[in-house]
Amino acid sequence: MFRRLPDIAGDRVSFTIDGRPAEARSGDSVAAALLANGVAACRNTPVSGAARGPYCMMGVCFDCLVTIDGTGNRQGCQVRVAPGMAVETQDGKREAGR
Amino acid sequence: MAKRMGRSGGARPKDRTTLAGAGKKMRDCPKASGVQDEDPVGRLKRNERDSPRDEQAVEFLGAKTGVGTMTEPKRGGEFDIAVVGGGLVGTAVAWGLARTGAKVAVLDEGDVAVRPSRGNFALVWLQGKGMGMPEYAGWTRASTDSWAGFAEMLLEQTGVDVAFRRPGGFMPVLSQAELETRANAMMRLHNQPEMVRYPYEVLDRAALLKEMPFIGPEVVGGTYCPLDGHCNSLRLLRALHTGLERSGVAYRPNHRVERVEPRDGGFRLTTAAGEIRAGKVVLAAGHDSARLAPMVGLEAPVRPQRGHVIVTEKTAPFLHHPTGYVRQTDEGGVMIGDSFEEAGFDTTLQPGVSSAIAERAIRFFPLLAKLNVVRSWAALRVLSPDGYPIYEQSATAPGAFVVTCHSGVTLAANHALTLAPMIAAGGLSDAFKVFSARRFHVPQAA
Ligand SMILES: Cc1cc2nc3c(=O)[nH]c(=O)nc-3n(C[C@H](O)[C@H](O)[C@H](O)COP(=O)(O)OP(=O)(O)OC[C@H]3O[C@@H](n4cnc5c(N)ncnc54)[C@H](O)[C@@H]3O)c2cc1C
Ligand code: FES
Repeated sequence: MFRRLPDIAGDRVSFTIDGRPAEARSGDSVAAALLANGVAACRNTPVSGAARGPYCMMGVCFDCLVTIDGTGNRQGCQVRVAPGMAVETQDGKREAGR
Repeated sequence: MAKRMGRSGGARPKDRTTLAGAGKKMRDCPKASGVQDEDPVGRLKRNERDSPRDEQAVEFLGAKTGVGTMTEPKRGGEFDIAVVGGGLVGTAVAWGLARTGAKVAVLDEGDVAVRPSRGNFALVWLQGKGMGMPEYAGWTRASTDSWAGFAEMLLEQTGVDVAFRRPGGFMPVLSQAELETRANAMMRLHNQPEMVRYPYEVLDRAALLKEMPFIGPEVVGGTYCPLDGHCNSLRLLRALHTGLERSGVAYRPNHRVERVEPRDGGFRLTTAAGEIRAGKVVLAAGHDSARLAPMVGLEAPVRPQRGHVIVTEKTAPFLHHPTGYVRQTDEGGVMIGDSFEEAGFDTTLQPGVSSAIAERAIRFFPLLAKLNVVRSWAALRVLSPDGYPIYEQSATAPGAFVVTCHSGVTLAANHALTLAPMIAAGGLSDAFKVFSARRFHVPQAA
């Protein structure tokens, strides 16, 4: 669905999406890295269960929430992807203890 | 970081921040002391079973009164009854009045008003209530007993589920001394003559751990009352408004009532949007009832008492019982209350107070520390001098009533199902004398 612009460079960064190995470019936000890897829906809403994916990419819509390195409800568009990072899509509500 | 905003009852939006962060800020704050327990009373020891006289008292004051009918001819205007105030108290009464067949108008000031109905903690709570006025314990118990049926009626009529649950409520405590104080206070409460008893238990840490394995290391125990519950109080307000619409009640926003006068056997209300005439008038204007009541020979000496509330992001259900200061809503957000502050009509959010309640909540439930806060606000309780309700009909202008209370969520069922039919039928029974404002005339002991 999304392709990278040809003039975007950057080192390759390895991370995981739901445990599967994935690749991004350094400087990518987690949300951009998800989209570049074909993950358009990164969570289900807590109340109705509808699918949601990164939308505004600038921190206002909160549709990009994912679990990053064990912490739930993080805004994927506001966090840079890092080598070895474990990104998990989120099914509904975050767990209080995580 | 981006802000997520919500507005409610004089709310001030706040940066998204974790609770632990809020708690840390609090520790540096010298003024972080405005926190008390939900109920000033306390808790106790045995599991008291209902005695037969309890049932009588519940029936007497409670929700089993039949729905009254309009016995008097309509006098003095276009409406049988005008209710001043469209908050939880006014709408609950109006909803009950409409069920009797009365032609009702609800006049409301509007969004500029100070309105705790939009900013409360949503407990339907009995535990600890009634010290100094045992009738209040009976009245509260009756309302909590009627609540499930009330919620059912609202759902049937409006399709709005107000999410009432009654799993029993806990009051966890952080020291042995506090536990004893609570236990003794609950004992004194239940030893009052005429007390309508209710079951409760005093639990040690081990017992509490069975229900809530995630309590913090400082929690020594707590008290439990199986009759406590909670709801979604914003949806309650919406259900009541929808119900009013469905039953043909005229809801008039932006009709701040400036003056009420007895006229032609009824009442004339001068509002910001013209004049309204009605046979009877019910003053349920929250804080403004203090100003309106004397116009018709009544009194409502209420004052604002500020309370802060914090709401976190939605999380998977983990807290299956409400507590007096932390509860998880039906949709998953965790609400944290509550402070008790004398601050006049100022609804400005005080970071020191929010931090204090956040810090206390984390001591009870450390797993809250990681959660993001999405909203916090301060709202103003409508408090009478002794904290108990005022229900009264005017002696000099019969047909004028005042209705005000501190727990408008808890008492909504009674207001709708018990109080309203009496108002429609012409007057309050003798059992309500105890709730008259005349009790404040007793000279203070020196
Ligand atoms: C922080 C906090 C926590 C709380 N927690 C709980 C709880 O857990 N459980 C519980 O049972 N209760 C709780 N309460 C109390 C509960 O919210 C109140 O008892 C209830 O909302 C009072 O409703 P009301 O209709 O009297 O007042 P309001 O909400 O103030 O409504 C009054 C209405 O009258 C209107 N009005 C005012 N003046 C005029 C006028 N002159 N003419 C026309 N209309 C007018 C206003 O617009 C308003 O809509 C809490 C309150 C606070 C502040
Ligand atoms: S995509 Fe909108 S907040 Fe992240």
